[in-house]
Amino acid sequence: MQDQKQHIKLPEGSIEKTTQTLNLGPTHPATHGVFQNILEIDGERIVSAESTVGYIHRAFEKIAERRPYYQITPLTDRLNYCSSPINNMGWHLTVEKLLGIELPKRVDYMRVIIMELARIADHLICNSVIGVDTGALTGFVYLMTYRELIYEIYEEICGSRLTTNIGRVGGFERNFTPAAWAKLDRFMAEYPAVLKEFETLLTRNRIFIDRTSGVGGIDAQRAMSYGFTGPNLRAAGIDYDVRVANPYSSYQDFDFNVPVGTTGDCYDRYLVRNAEMWESLSIIRQAMEKIKGLPEDVYHADVPEFYLPPKQDVYTKMEALIYHFKIVMGETDIPKGEVYNAVEGANGELGFYLISDGGRSPYRLHFRRPCFIYYQAYAELVQGAMLSDAIICMSSLNLIAGELDA
Amino acid sequence: MSLTNERIQQRLTEKFGDVVSGFEEPYGMLTFTAQRDFNLKIMQFLFDDEELRFQFLTDITAVHYPERKNEELAVVYHLHNFQDNVRVRLKVFAPVAAPKVFTASKLFLSANWMERETYDFFGIDFVGHPNLKRILNVDEMTYFPMRKEFPLEDSMRTDKDDEMFGRGGNI
Repeated sequence: MQDQKQHIKLPEGSIEKTTQTLNLGPTHPATHGVFQNILEIDGERIVSAESTVGYIHRAFEKIAERRPYYQITPLTDRLNYCSSPINNMGWHLTVEKLLGIELPKRVDYMRVIIMELARIADHLICNSVIGVDTGALTGFVYLMTYRELIYEIYEEICGSRLTTNIGRVGGFERNFTPAAWAKLDRFMAEYPAVLKEFETLLTRNRIFIDRTSGVGGIDAQRAMSYGFTGPNLRAAGIDYDVRVANPYSSYQDFDFNVPVGTTGDCYDRYLVRNAEMWESLSIIRQAMEKIKGLPEDVYHADVPEFYLPPKQDVYTKMEALIYHFKIVMGETDIPKGEVYNAVEGANGELGFYLISDGGRSPYRLHFRRPCFIYYQAYAELVQGAMLSDAIICMSSLNLIAGELDA
Repeated sequence: MSLTNERIQQRLTEKFGDVVSGFEEPYGMLTFTAQRDFNLKIMQFLFDDEELRFQFLTDITAVHYPERKNEELAVVYHLHNFQDNVRVRLKVFAPVAAPKVFTASKLFLSANWMERETYDFFGIDFVGHPNLKRILNVDEMTYFPMRKEFPLEDSMRTDKDDEMFGRGGNI
């Protein structure tokens, strides 16, 4: 009966007045970023909610209209910064589609390895943080070590850790070093046991189930109408995965399952992400196996007019120096065209809509950011839930402020 | 049999005739233009039709073409049919003087925020939208920043004193 009461105008100070307004965020430690939620609460129950975004809006789409194609990669890093390599690859794939560049298989597999590592890094943060939000810090501490190891692999490959700027249009800047392969081997050897232990810790944990099961649920029809993709849509029972529907980077060569849930609640989302980490491990294992039979020195396509040459070549070879300047200054010929290219980001379909007028920068670039689309549903998901559920709901949607605002 | 671009085009022209035009397939995706007032009817048809079933709205955005007289703003919809795994791109053009386009938020819940974003950056007035206000920019803003009349600073410009901006200058 409480929701009938909320619209009744009562005299100031009346004890009958039961709802109050609470600003959850923008900068609250439990909101995982800068999100404001204006909650109308009745005791601890949320009567209604309104979400506000835009606190870190950085105008990436506008900035991209002034930048040569290469210089847009660092912008994509800063979307979903928990899995920036996927964003980078997504951007490179879009440009490659525009330019019509075919990649050697080995490059595709290297990309798959990196993208799946990034997916694991993103999911492990998301899932372990759901644990933290329900009061279980241990799992987070366990898994964090392995995100560190993934970052070390990135560092070995491209020299940076969080905003990786990894790869190039046409392939990678350099080959994976033996140290990178060794680190990858170590990760593949150690991580499954840790993930299993993490699952043992949380999946059948009574408190964890009570806090997440039946919280923030959404049915398949509504999830689809809200534009959900990725683990959040799959948790609701629709097995849509860009890697299967529109394979890119040779995903069609790999054998993997698309885990789906049933109720679309926080617990299902957690289970789907965990299952996906196992699938990602399997994909990486397959890719490492497939890569063994391929020539070891191939790490980029042979497209000198678009592929930014390695620095060593720029310093020592005239051809490479010329191409380097032409590419960096945006003097290369870019075809006119209109491309929509999507990749399966760690939290859903990350799309790049690019219009080229043949100039050095895109005429228009639009990012389809999954977080932006999920967050609209947040108000509905938390309606009627407890205040503490609002936190779990937010972390299980895997909202990343950088991507939300772009 | 899966749905082909030719079949979609055929169904659309049968149903709407001259309202839809400019069919092309850049990089394999069926793209077409519709008259401005028919955007919702076309999306409803694409949604409801048993053969077409475009029930997922991937994206809404806009593009500004200042040189196109009376159709400066293009609103671009990306729709997806999950069952047959086909995507289409629908465009409607609106004059910048009165950019009124019907809202799709009754058809797709996701259109609500996407249209707010498009309004925020391009000033498209989505007729019938339940809550058309700015989403990423501040409410007090009086202009629409993604339009082409607001270019970013040219990185090559030389006419200003870099020293004043913390770049270069004498030590």
